[in-house]
Amino acid sequence: MTERARPKKGLNLVVGSLVAICAAGTLACSPSYFEIPIETPIQPKLDVSPFQRVLVAGFVTGGTEEVDANQETVRLLRSQLRSKSSLRVIDADVMPLAEITRNQNKSAADTDLASPVRVNTNAGAGAPSQGASDSARAGQALPMPIKDEKDMEPYGRLFANTAYWKQIGEEYQNPLIVTGSVLFMERSTQNMVTRQNERLDAFGQRRVDEERVFLDRKGYVLVNKFVFIDGRTGATMYTDNHKEDVLYSAQQNMPALSSYFELMDRLVPNFLTALSTQKVRGTRVLLK
Amino acid sequence: MIQRIAFLLALAAILSGAPAYADTRGDAQAQVKFGIDVAQRGLWREAIYRWERAAELDPTYAPAFNNLAVGYEHEGQMEKARQAYERATTLAPKDLQIRQNYELFKEIHDRTGAAKERP
Repeated sequence: MTERARPKKGLNLVVGSLVAICAAGTLACSPSYFEIPIETPIQPKLDVSPFQRVLVAGFVTGGTEEVDANQETVRLLRSQLRSKSSLRVIDADVMPLAEITRNQNKSAADTDLASPVRVNTNAGAGAPSQGASDSARAGQALPMPIKDEKDMEPYGRLFANTAYWKQIGEEYQNPLIVTGSVLFMERSTQNMVTRQNERLDAFGQRRVDEERVFLDRKGYVLVNKFVFIDGRTGATMYTDNHKEDVLYSAQQNMPALSSYFELMDRLVPNFLTALSTQKVRGTRVLLK
Repeated sequence: MIQRIAFLLALAAILSGAPAYADTRGDAQAQVKFGIDVAQRGLWREAIYRWERAAELDPTYAPAFNNLAVGYEHEGQMEKARQAYERATTLAPKDLQIRQNYELFKEIHDRTGAAKERP
């Protein structure tokens, strides 16, 4: 009996050893990296703790008239702020800021015409005074309609009008005011692209030929400027500029409103990071 | 004879498979491994503590700095994450995975911070 048992014991040891070797091999060959999902919290760029409420006042808009960019932008931002920020969103009529800027400009020009000529005592003879150049600039008619970034530029002075924004702030009990400009323009371009053509050769075999052709593409550009104003003082707290574009093939008939939302979808996360902590999801590799 | 062979095979298996805990790198590797285990269970603070220990134990061990950077990134400590990524890429400049992590980090950081413009 004992003689029989001996070889079995030896066999067990061999099997055990092989198992140990396999286990060691598995350990040695275990992956040296691990993919792991992470959520990166992005701290807000603005300290909004002094505010309980936010007023998305309106935007100076320009470009294509196919989309009412003022209404759509206000509506979209208000809905995003309601769901993704702790601030209470004020429901108010959307302000026609382009018109307001033009009216302010006209009033400033009228006041300058009515008031006596200002004399800058510090300036030398013949040198144009600062006051004179300011009033000349203010007196210039603002471009209407706003077609491009150059047309939009003079409207920017509205955001620096602290007295006006302070007055708006008082009206709504000192909220954080969100305003700015939105330029949504059509764009068309021609690009050189490589196109693949399939054909059957003389022997019936499939061939792929590459052909470089000019392709007409059209789409839209969205140029946004978000201005965050302290409703208590009327002063600008922070300005955020963005530019996004999208192009489709000329045959594709994409509605302007769809393109507008597609482009805004790219900008909204950045807009929100100004006001509240956002989490960006991603994957990273941990190494052993 | 069979017993001897079996014993030698088992010994070889143990020697080749067991981590070299005796040296510093081995200790650092053990901390890194534990850190990965806890990070996979969502315990990121504990993971960061382990990777910090690993980086202290072996300041030339690139994976410790890479993982530490990922941990800091997850906790929103962006400046610390950047420093750890830079250290990891300096230690292992050819490691594609570290470089990929760092590129993704920079992409988020630049996207959320570059357009910033204070009046």
